[in-house]
Amino acid sequence: MTSERKIRLLIAKPGLDGHDRGAKIVARALRDAGMEVIYTGIRQTPEMIAEAALQEDVDAVGLSILSGAHMELFPRVVKQLKARGVDDVLLFAGGIIPDEDMPALREMGFRAIFRPGASTGEIIDFVRQNVPAARSGGPPSPGARS
Amino acid sequence: MRQVLAGERRALARVISLVENGEPEGHEALRLLYPRTGRAHSVGLTGASGSGKSTLAGALAREFRRRERSVGIVAVDPSSPFTRGALLGDRIRMQELTSDPEVFLRSMATRGSLGGLAGSTAQVVAVLDAAGKDVVLIETVGAGQDEVEVAGAAETTVVVNTPGTGDDVQALKAGILEIADILVVNKADQPGADALAQQLQALVSRAGDERGVPVLKTVASSGEGVPELVDAIDEHRRYLPQSGQLERHRLAQARHQVLALARHELLASVLQATEENGQLDELVGAVARRDLDPYSAARRLIESAGGRPGHGARAAP
Repeated sequence: MTSERKIRLLIAKPGLDGHDRGAKIVARALRDAGMEVIYTGIRQTPEMIAEAALQEDVDAVGLSILSGAHMELFPRVVKQLKARGVDDVLLFAGGIIPDEDMPALREMGFRAIFRPGASTGEIIDFVRQNVPAARSGGPPSPGARS
Repeated sequence: MRQVLAGERRALARVISLVENGEPEGHEALRLLYPRTGRAHSVGLTGASGSGKSTLAGALAREFRRRERSVGIVAVDPSSPFTRGALLGDRIRMQELTSDPEVFLRSMATRGSLGGLAGSTAQVVAVLDAAGKDVVLIETVGAGQDEVEVAGAAETTVVVNTPGTGDDVQALKAGILEIADILVVNKADQPGADALAQQLQALVSRAGDERGVPVLKTVASSGEGVPELVDAIDEHRRYLPQSGQLERHRLAQARHQVLALARHELLASVLQATEENGQLDELVGAVARRDLDPYSAARRLIESAGGRPGHGARAAP
């Protein structure tokens, strides 16, 4: 059978933030770019996100958050992923994230943060260019947004 | 392999990916795991979009869990034929199940397959079976004749209908009644549910099977009717070997799977060969210009890839 490797991603909204219009727009754009997007919906706990990422064996996880709780929730998601041995996914995030938190998030492993103004085209390019590297443990390609 | 057989989730997820992507390691994995399959009860859930299949699958999984059975769920959604991408949203309907370690949910895109299942769905079900799941639910896209596809991958096929869709005649579509082992009227709290149930009952009574096809009413969102549905699913499994149908069913399933995979492989090898020599584009151009008819083009395509076309009118010289 011919190999047909597709990019599979998880788009999730951790915490209590219920505004999912942005996440859905991104999910649909990634689908229209030919990727398989598992959208988990709102109100996801870090455990649920990590478990879904594990079972679906995704290449990338994108977290969407507008509530400002990213500094509490994102580390817990990363911790849950690691606890399940899921350490080779491309992590990125989007939403309302202030400048001063960016370095810490990079440190945690988020290779790109897409804030208001970012285009879906940028997100698509970022995922395409960085997914194979992430799976084999390589560095992000130049142009990854921070 | 040991990890998969022990039910270790990360290994399981990885092997499923290898199988789904058609990797040689996937083929090898299936070769090793296949002798360990046959224990799980595979249950197909099909029906029109909007019939509540995902919600029902979630409710079924919860009830099976209540009865201490481990559950695998394969939820299939369509890939866009144009972009080849897919939005896999069945997980949304099965939220709480994510925290149950005995439930493994895998979303799959059809990837060009037209039958409501992905080409590798049956093999993914086999992997979950080998990993020790007691029940594997296969939730399909279900539109048109796609329902027939799921019967090839599942021991028990449940066809989900809903009242008030305006086309009760839907159930009369060729194939649906023949493949349904159990008929469900979901959203049974809505008007028209009883009438639909009666109509379905009348139709299956004439189908001529001694056991008869049970028609059940459920409200998946509240769980109403779900324990009875699980009873019916279990009952069907008990019935299969008793009636001697199990052997026949397994043969039919095996035949279906082998042919489906062979079909896929043959087409893939023809496409691969002809892509390299540009033959496909040439033939396609000739057909579009009316210089060649499609039958002859197809025969030439197969011949140029080294194959032997089947019986039929001879190709134009």
